[in-house]
Amino acid sequence: MLYILYSVAALFITLSIILSLYRIAKGPSMPDRVVALDLVGINLISLIAIVSLLLNTTAFVEVILLLAILSFLGTVAFSKFIEKGVVIERNRD
Amino acid sequence: MNAIEISKWIVGILVLFGALLNLISAIGIIRLPDVYSRLHASTKAATLGVMCILIGTFLFFSIVDGDINARILLAIVFIFITSPVGGHLISRAGYHAGVSLWESSIKDDLHTKKRKKQS
Repeated sequence: MLYILYSVAALFITLSIILSLYRIAKGPSMPDRVVALDLVGINLISLIAIVSLLLNTTAFVEVILLLAILSFLGTVAFSKFIEKGVVIERNRD
Repeated sequence: MNAIEISKWIVGILVLFGALLNLISAIGIIRLPDVYSRLHASTKAATLGVMCILIGTFLFFSIVDGDINARILLAIVFIFITSPVGGHLISRAGYHAGVSLWESSIKDDLHTKKRKKQS
């Protein structure tokens, strides 16, 4: 019974990843696509948590933390690139 | 029905609620008209959803299996701190890159403030 419940939750997450992929493909501007990619990262984190519940193992917990950090870094880098045109600025010398 | 069974059901309800919140935020990202309202949907609802799912996972592994997993707690705190910051950064970048608001929106305080500073 709980297995079915977790499977339904995984199905919801998959559906929301598909919906945000539609926004990535269609999105009229660049920040739309970045927002949708951020949402895909968040959904992947929750999918990995559900998979570790389904398989009953804590081996994937590092993956959750790592994906959270990588998703945040990607969003920050993209927003700096959209705002200023460069990601890492050089100091004047 | 003993305590472990009840806590398993609580974990299941938390996970299902989180997944439903994630689905709602994805529907919001499809249906809302401009970038800022899409951010309004995705940042808040998806953050609460993923935090519900991670809290459910933490409860499952700490009650049923009996190991307190500090990395899941760290992931919850990290997501709770960084997700609104990411949303703020990308909305700011979009505004300064000239992404237009929804045409029915009537108030743009940042625009009037910028114009006042220029004149």
